[in-house]
Amino acid sequence: MSDFTPNIRAFCCHYTSQQICAEGDEGLNREGFPKSVAIERLVCSGKLQVSAILKAFEDGADGVYVVGCPEDKCHNLMGSQRAAKRVGAVRKALTELDVEADRVEMYHLERGFHPEFVAAAQEMDRRIKEMGPSPLKGGKK
Amino acid sequence: MIIAERKPINEIMEMVKDVKRVLVLGCKGCVTVCSAGGEREVEILASLIRLGANKQGRTVEVTDGALVRQCDKEYIDGLDNWKGKYDAIVSMACGVGVNFIANLRPETIVYPGVNTSFLGGSAEQGVWSEQCAGCGNCILHLTGGLCPVARCAKSLMNGPCGGSQGGRCEINPDVNCIWQSIHDRLERTGKKEDMLRVAPIRDWSTAGHGGPRKVVRDDLTV
Repeated sequence: MSDFTPNIRAFCCHYTSQQICAEGDEGLNREGFPKSVAIERLVCSGKLQVSAILKAFEDGADGVYVVGCPEDKCHNLMGSQRAAKRVGAVRKALTELDVEADRVEMYHLERGFHPEFVAAAQEMDRRIKEMGPSPLKGGKK
Repeated sequence: MIIAERKPINEIMEMVKDVKRVLVLGCKGCVTVCSAGGEREVEILASLIRLGANKQGRTVEVTDGALVRQCDKEYIDGLDNWKGKYDAIVSMACGVGVNFIANLRPETIVYPGVNTSFLGGSAEQGVWSEQCAGCGNCILHLTGGLCPVARCAKSLMNGPCGGSQGGRCEINPDVNCIWQSIHDRLERTGKKEDMLRVAPIRDWSTAGHGGPRKVVRDDLTV
């Protein structure tokens, strides 16, 4: 699958992505942030609904991940915990459909543009490349 | 309210395997409150059906909608909003809704999207527990408001049984012995003498043992 360029959607909360967005594409590229990952900002990861994650797969994502505040330090108290639960619901649904649950993941990260944020994107990029295109696309590229 | 839970996706996919146009139909009553079959869950199931069909290499046209209730004829008429746009319905209402569509639309194919679980309430966020068996002859005035029909594993009318240990039921230590709770509550409310009353053998015909039940209110019929 060396020629496979995954389509990965990252839903990031306002607080974990604020600095990242300030960096711009140039800054992200410089730090090795994979081009396969498209970031979508949310006011809070707790705002993210299960249907939005599924919609991302419907729209052609091969993998989806969510970045929210550390579990015990969410700016909105429990937003990132709620997001983790919803990611869990999607993982369960993917398993029921006999699709790899690891195509969707939750990360709890500190604010700011730091190596862990880039590492999460790289991990997802690596993981999805290994898995190949999402079977939920039904063969569509 | 009626508590329900979405069926496993694969079970639903099997139901609609030959269907080209599906209407996923929510209900804005009980199943919305218990987050099993309201508009939000309809959106999720519609998406999962599309994704599941994609995976099977076929295309399915999924429309989502919801009715105010699926347990009233007048609201079932709302199905006309989607007339000609579906080949089968996956109803996310409780079993009453599925039955009502089947009763009122003889030609319409309708499948259940949820398992109807029980009559209950929200014990805490995301947790529901059974409280009432709908047995048609309440004896709650004798049991401190706690129902032994629904909440005793044996539906005993006189309890507790010998399986009550430390206030817990023998079927599962996570389950309170409701008869222990009834005793405790009657004592707390100064009615412990009520426990001396022996409940007579019960007529279960009101509980469905006499066939499907019906309530007729002459003052309301037209």
